[in-house]
Amino acid sequence: MNHLDQLEAQSIHILREAFNRLDKIAMLWSIGKDSNVMLWLARKAFFGHVPFPVLHVDTHHKIPAMIEFRDRVVADWKLPLIVGENRAALDAGMGPHQGRVNCCTALKTEGLKALLAEHGYTGIIAGIRRDEEGTRAKERVFSPRNQQAEWDVRDQPPEFWDQFKTDFAPGTHLRIHPLLAWTELDVWRYIAREGIPVVDLYFARDGKRYRSLGCAPCTGPVASTASTVAEIIEELETTRVSERSGRAQDKESEDAFERLRAGGYM
Amino acid sequence: MSNTPLKIVVVGHVDHGKSTLVGRVLHETGALPEGKVETLREVCAKRGMPFEWAFVMDALQAERDQGITIDTSQLYFHTGQRPVLIIDAPGHKEFLKNMVTGAASAEAAVLVIDADEGVQEQSRRHGYLLHLLGLTQIAVAVNKMDLVGWDQSRFAAVEAEIRDYLGGIGVTPTHVIPVSARGGDFVRDRSAAAAWYHGPTVIEALDGFQAAAQATDLPLRLPVQDVYKFDHRRIVAGRIESGRLRVGDRLVFSPSGKSARVASIEDWAGDHVTAVAAAAGRSVGITLDEPIFVERGQVAHLAESSPVLAHDIRARIFWLGREPLCRGDRLKLKLATAEYPVEIVAVERVIDVADLASHGGDVVARNAVAEVVLRSRAAIAFDGFAVNARLGRFVLVHGFDIVGGGIVAEAAAASRNIYSVDHKVTPQTRAAANGHRGGVLWLTGLSGAGKSTIAMELERQLFIKGWQATVLDGDNVRHGLCSDLGFSPDDRAENIRRVGEVSHLLAKAGMLTITAFISPYRADRDRVRAIDADSFHEVFVSTGLDECERRDPKGLYKKARKGEIPEFTGISAPYEPPAEPELVLDTAGKPVDESVAELVAYVEAVFGQAALAQASA
Repeated sequence: MNHLDQLEAQSIHILREAFNRLDKIAMLWSIGKDSNVMLWLARKAFFGHVPFPVLHVDTHHKIPAMIEFRDRVVADWKLPLIVGENRAALDAGMGPHQGRVNCCTALKTEGLKALLAEHGYTGIIAGIRRDEEGTRAKERVFSPRNQQAEWDVRDQPPEFWDQFKTDFAPGTHLRIHPLLAWTELDVWRYIAREGIPVVDLYFARDGKRYRSLGCAPCTGPVASTASTVAEIIEELETTRVSERSGRAQDKESEDAFERLRAGGYM
Repeated sequence: MSNTPLKIVVVGHVDHGKSTLVGRVLHETGALPEGKVETLREVCAKRGMPFEWAFVMDALQAERDQGITIDTSQLYFHTGQRPVLIIDAPGHKEFLKNMVTGAASAEAAVLVIDADEGVQEQSRRHGYLLHLLGLTQIAVAVNKMDLVGWDQSRFAAVEAEIRDYLGGIGVTPTHVIPVSARGGDFVRDRSAAAAWYHGPTVIEALDGFQAAAQATDLPLRLPVQDVYKFDHRRIVAGRIESGRLRVGDRLVFSPSGKSARVASIEDWAGDHVTAVAAAAGRSVGITLDEPIFVERGQVAHLAESSPVLAHDIRARIFWLGREPLCRGDRLKLKLATAEYPVEIVAVERVIDVADLASHGGDVVARNAVAEVVLRSRAAIAFDGFAVNARLGRFVLVHGFDIVGGGIVAEAAAASRNIYSVDHKVTPQTRAAANGHRGGVLWLTGLSGAGKSTIAMELERQLFIKGWQATVLDGDNVRHGLCSDLGFSPDDRAENIRRVGEVSHLLAKAGMLTITAFISPYRADRDRVRAIDADSFHEVFVSTGLDECERRDPKGLYKKARKGEIPEFTGISAPYEPPAEPELVLDTAGKPVDESVAELVAYVEAVFGQAALAQASA
């Protein structure tokens, strides 16, 4: 077994554990490369089936190519997609001009909370990785959220020997993070190995490509000529630029991302 | 496997410089992204403090505000020779649960000790826990050497103290290295400050660690995680913790003992595919050649090497709960995919990590280590930790929280400091007062034979006559005393065992206990008889299957025939009639009163006044 095999086996183990132990789960899909890998892993774990809904929290600010890609994948893979949004905030004209952290909170976090309230999910699977950002590096694989969907990073449950927190009080829920141990390179290597489709925006056009795909107003492309998966892997093996360097909401203040995550963000 | 990162945890007492060392290592190996150091310089300047390497890993506001690591964090880097996953652990006693979270997956460790402060409480506690977690590769970094002027004798003193402590738990550190994490001396580059030191730098020491051995050569252990029926295939899913399996292998499932061959190893890679073999580490899905009952918690293995099965186990545990653990406490034990309600029946030793001395005691305080005996009602399938770590380690759960972890040493013989106490009121005295002997009238037969009907009418008629009689009925008891049991053979056996014990207790209290249970297995009924053969009378309500099915008073036979009720006696589960019952009652074609009258006559003859007179004659 090589390193990718080990990561794959562990992620499958995590998905199967969540499916068995939690009564109502759903998988968050941001249409980015990580959540595509996660969907692929789910289909592996459950032998071609995706036995829970796939949630897209639509901020209506995503680059249009992503929505086209979403609809195509849903049709090809026959995914049980549920789209959620914070209608009230959108109607009131919420956008990054009101503060990026405020916008993320309103359109993503609150959008997710609305879905949680409507469907009563006890487990939400999200594709975050430790190497993305410092507070994500502190996460647990099965990470509890309180009744307000908040994350208490100062008192996380012990998690060791592949024994996860699967008992929790009614009204609270768990976030499950099957990709926590994967790095950006691992994700691309796995995409190459398995032939997983990803949206075109990751590939260079006119000397630029997106390394990370948030919403259009807060995501900046990076200079690059990598136009295939193999070229992306080669580029990543030597770069020292961080993946999220083009993501504006991380930079609003020193504690911007931590505040977002403590409030229930992914 | 050379591209698999080596997992290393950095532990040690609070403020001895673990996070600083980690930050420095990442910087020296070029693992920090462009701009990270500049960003951190700005952050530190804004906070009005000198540059902190620790901020690389300590990303939480609370951690930066208080200058302390609260939770564990991990980052990858490359030493130049191999990829490494470095795990930062908090040093404060308050956050021991987070240290364990980080250390439990590590293959090697660096124990950081402040040269000036020397070996402190958490230096020892972390060293001890690493050993408990099975980690034997430990390098020691004696940090902040600049604060003691790179004094060689101070270094030697600290080295001696830690070697002595680790020696006490049977661990020899791989290296003891003088370091200044802040300055970078001996992290990657050698330094003139300690010309007397000729050993490796920290990064060189990391290169010297061995990766953990693969579990492929240990016996097969496949804990069942789930059983899927998404389509026509019934797939048993789980991760192979050790060993390997191939299509055609005959698997045995503990603790049920049932076995079947692997018919196929299922997989999916864009499409349905199969494999012929799989080895340790893989999450697999298999189908079996026979439809034996398989459920989560069982462990599949080959016949020639089975896990140990025991109700009582002796384990070394570390306690993370806020409230102390006491003898008598009931918890949930989770080992692989199985869960067992357990009771702490003994706290044999509490180990003082400071001096490695053992103390007796009934209580395990927070962050303490102890040897305990745990008792489970259901047999625990395990391997000793030294034999196969993956099946020899468990967590303890209380309520919603994981409150401790442990490693299994061995099965413990049940320690029974239990003595009988004699009643002052004898069965004879009660019999004289009641006008009849106490006893157990055990009705057995198929569903619908008439057991409950007869039992309730018998109870009524005896009561009118002034008897102390009561009925324990199968359906009623499954709501209370046996509400946690199902209909598997094991659960039926436990059901009957409990009812048998209770019936005999009531019989000793002078009552005639009438029981109405299908009780299909001869062995289970014989065990109840054996509790007190003199007062046990078996009544075979022998109405045949055809008649019972014709009556079908609760509609169960119909459901069972449709396959809606699994393991239904007479249809999908066996009934073993008694070989030598005290009485046989066939209720077919007879009115209830006639059967009851027969039974009343029997009861009076065997338990009544006449029998009493005979006994005292």
